Amino acid sequence: MQNELQKVFSRYQGRRDELIPILQDIQDALGYLPAEAMNAAADFLKLPASAVFGVASFYDQLHTAPQGRHSVSVCEGTSCHIRGSAQILRAIEKKFALKPGQTTPDHMFTLERVACFGLCAMSPVVMVDGRLYGNMSPAKVLKLIEKLE
Amino acid sequence: MSEITITIDGRQVETAEGSSILQAALDAGVYIPSLCYQPDLEPYGACRLCLVLVDGMNAMQPACMTKAVDGMVVHSDVPEVNDVRRTICELLIADHPESCLTCSSNQRCELQEIAAYLGISQQRLPAFERESILDESNPFFVRDLSKCILCGRCVRACQELRAVGAIGFAGRGYDTHVSTFMEEPINLTVCESCGECIDRCPTGALSVKSEALPPSREVRTICPYCGCGCGLVLGVRSGRIVQVRPETEHPVNRGSLCVKGRFGLDFVHSEDRLTTPLVRRDGRLTPATWDEALDLVAENLNRAKSQYGPDSVAGLSSAKCTNEENYLFQKFMRAVVGTNNVDHCARLCHASTVAGMARAFGSGAMTNSINEIEGAGCIFVIGSNTTEAHPIIALKIKAAVLKRGATLIVADPRKIELARFADVHLRQRSGTDVALLNAMMKVILDEGLADEDFIEERTENFAEFRAILEQSDLESAARITGVPAEDIRRAARMFAGAERASVIFAMGITQHTTGSDNVFALANLAMLTGNVGKESSGVNPLRGQNNVQGACDLGALPDVLPGYQKVDDPAARGKFEEAWGVPLPDEPGLTVVEMMNAAHEGRVKAMYIMGENPMLSDPDLTHVGEGLKNLDFLCVQDIFLSETAQLADVALPAACFAEKDGAFTSTERRVQRIRKAVAPPGAARPDWRIICDLSGRMGYEMRYDHPSQIMDEMAALTPIYGGISYDRLEPYGLQWPCPDAEHPGTVFLHEGGFARGLGKFHPTPFREAAELPDDEYPFILTTGRFLYHFHTGTLTRRTEGLEEISPPAPFEIHPRDAASEGIREGDVVELSTRRGAVRARAVVTERSRPGTIFMPFHFREAPANVLTNPALDPIAKIPELKVCAVKLEKLREMG
Ligand code: SF4
Ligand code: SF4
Ligand code: SF4
Ligand code: FES
Repeated sequence: MQNELQKVFSRYQGRRDELIPILQDIQDALGYLPAEAMNAAADFLKLPASAVFGVASFYDQLHTAPQGRHSVSVCEGTSCHIRGSAQILRAIEKKFALKPGQTTPDHMFTLERVACFGLCAMSPVVMVDGRLYGNMSPAKVLKLIEKLE
Repeated sequence: MSEITITIDGRQVETAEGSSILQAALDAGVYIPSLCYQPDLEPYGACRLCLVLVDGMNAMQPACMTKAVDGMVVHSDVPEVNDVRRTICELLIADHPESCLTCSSNQRCELQEIAAYLGISQQRLPAFERESILDESNPFFVRDLSKCILCGRCVRACQELRAVGAIGFAGRGYDTHVSTFMEEPINLTVCESCGECIDRCPTGALSVKSEALPPSREVRTICPYCGCGCGLVLGVRSGRIVQVRPETEHPVNRGSLCVKGRFGLDFVHSEDRLTTPLVRRDGRLTPATWDEALDLVAENLNRAKSQYGPDSVAGLSSAKCTNEENYLFQKFMRAVVGTNNVDHCARLCHASTVAGMARAFGSGAMTNSINEIEGAGCIFVIGSNTTEAHPIIALKIKAAVLKRGATLIVADPRKIELARFADVHLRQRSGTDVALLNAMMKVILDEGLADEDFIEERTENFAEFRAILEQSDLESAARITGVPAEDIRRAARMFAGAERASVIFAMGITQHTTGSDNVFALANLAMLTGNVGKESSGVNPLRGQNNVQGACDLGALPDVLPGYQKVDDPAARGKFEEAWGVPLPDEPGLTVVEMMNAAHEGRVKAMYIMGENPMLSDPDLTHVGEGLKNLDFLCVQDIFLSETAQLADVALPAACFAEKDGAFTSTERRVQRIRKAVAPPGAARPDWRIICDLSGRMGYEMRYDHPSQIMDEMAALTPIYGGISYDRLEPYGLQWPCPDAEHPGTVFLHEGGFARGLGKFHPTPFREAAELPDDEYPFILTTGRFLYHFHTGTLTRRTEGLEEISPPAPFEIHPRDAASEGIREGDVVELSTRRGAVRARAVVTERSRPGTIFMPFHFREAPANVLTNPALDPIAKIPELKVCAVKLEKLREMG
């Protein structure tokens, strides 16, 4: 990891406004932002590590944990909520011992929550790898996930 | 800065140009509600409660972010503004758990206060409860983020004031929250447990674990730990200290403290306090009355004195005790016993400073004040792990660097925390400071950067100094010190190039057989560049103990009477003889290490030790123990049965800092009052009273009703304290020299002329340390301190939380050395030197310099001073605690 980090830092001056591009480059090189890498970036920019983490946690496209090969996002909009998205989430959480934002140990998929896909007519809605599935139930979603490889 | 006038709600308010509307209002005592504003932090504009209407501006403006302009008309307490504020406040409350009655901040919560101001009594919005996110991992405080209103004060205080940055904001939108790096519990982060964030939090989100009961009264006093001399306020209830907070107005700490002062005072009410005199009967220390114990001490000291002469008695005074007590102790030894055998632990830390700086400048104290550090253009920290040993001074260094762009040079073999902020970090091999400093000065001379006018007008002996310096050269210095020549050159240019440059040093410089040379070299460097006798530039030794400066000032040293007046100067001695009414000894007495040797050889027969623990602090402990056991009589006066007191024939229970009146002198020569807050436990008495009681029994009356009378006597005999009296010490003390009752005290020394007339250059050819690594003992051992403990740990190790954070008995080793020795993190290793061996656990870290082992000396489980070398500096007689040769043997794998 040290080599990749050094390579990234060599392209920058060490100014604080370079933080976001640096984090993006690190993520491109390593797939996500491990704690060690954020610490190194903090040292490089003379910033507190907590501030680097703060920025990383602000942007959806930056990940502080390894990502799965697939992504599963459960909608939590009002409409989906009323029609049972919480049960769907709970079913996934239970089956895979996983919380939103986390990835299965085999890196199969990462679970996310989303505020609203704007597809309320088909609620509850779940998105798998960018594709939306409407009128879902816990059983249907688990079946979808089982088919991932 | 010119004054301007604005109008707030019809009131005319004067303020300095450049201040915000909110600042102007608060300074004038006009209330505008605010939650995120703090006068000493950058304005933040997050809470929106300070919104005001300004004539001529359309929208409401946040008062904290809007500059006051002359003639501005502001409306704050008006219905349309308060309506908006009310809505904002109600939103905050809606998102807040309904638990005011049981909240630790009830009655002191600023959210409650503002709600009351806005007339909000009932919650109109449905509460949507946040998950309670409780972090109880820190031993001293709890974080309950469900009560957080995101004002950011804690985050900004931790980043701006402490430069730690343990906490920040994470997430976005509704999910925004105060978080640590990777959401770790706070105890696993870089947090230093200083408590700054807690003091800043307007709600109950951050609270101290132990502060369940609010105090019924408060007592202002001074921290008993380090030489920074921070102002503390002790909250007392039913005779116990229930709260400690920083004094916000104190000129040095300005509302900040470190973990020791803030959370480390549990020792005061510790179960192990000595509460009754103890007398050794049939080999065991058993309780006795004061009369029995004092009679026994008087009898034994008198016996030694009459049988073997006064010089068979020796005394150790204490840098933890007050000025008055140190004065009385040395008076007792000199006037009552009749010997100059009086010393204290300053011998082990700054004897070389006192000796070196007195010879070079005429005074051994910090030339400048703590706050002046912030004004320096270049700060050179050498041999001081300031962050851990003098935390509040470290804050000033960081402020100078981060807020004013000062350059920072750190010279330390270890990668200490300050190195993070340094422009250059010189990692010299331990014991080669003189070579490093000579090389820097050579560069300064060669490149024509010296201040020739200053040298010409203010100094002497430059030619001799120059002749020796010419012999050194950069390349060989680089070889000797292991520091790249280029770095030495850069550091030299930075120091010489700054308008105001200040040197800060501590025991990394002094605890060497070349300690005095090290100090001379620093004095030379300052004079060479004209950096003495003006604001923010000088030579600044940081004194370790809270009152080590005062103990030295008041003559707890074998060669000087109070005020550094020499015992062999007949005029000075005569003055004291007259005042005390007895003839005084005229030969300098024994120093700490010499006393131990004399005890060993049977020349010293009896010792009186007040508040010191040489059984852990002195070099070569085995030898010290043998010496003390060899005495006919040992009396130890302390607040605990320390390792030393356990060897005593009589142990006398003393009152601690919170149980008596007196004065301490901080490292910046600031003489400040400590005040009695609680009663001493059991039969314990203040040290000054014990000395008086004892003195009377030995036929010399000392009568004082209160320490202020002792101060008056001291002042009359000690010119540098001449103008000091208790009423003048309010509110924040005086800095000596303060020669008469009108004198305002002295902020920095040697202005216009040195205390000794001309500053004197001392040639310092490089000498190696007394013991160097060899085939048998291949590593260098160096010792030092940790943030969480103080000195021999007698005080800090009685605070459970400090023990929890800082597990005992570690030593630090560089990964490369660890690999070559087959040592892994946590392994138990035997460290041995020519003097002894101890066991400790390995901490493998790049903080250590390759080839160098670091060990703190706080721990009785692994007393580093069993290993250290008692070889002495020829001038100051300070032992070489910072360098010796050591070998390692792995005993056990981690587990
Ligand atoms: S205790 Fe001090 S170091 Fe720790 S988070 Fe609070 S302000 Fe920062
Ligand atoms: S924890 Fe306290 S100080 Fe920190 S942001 Fe929350 S309310 Fe403000
Ligand atoms: S910096 Fe020193 S004086 Fe201040 S609180 Fe800490 S130990 Fe006490
Ligand atoms: S005090 Fe002005 S926005 Fe918070």
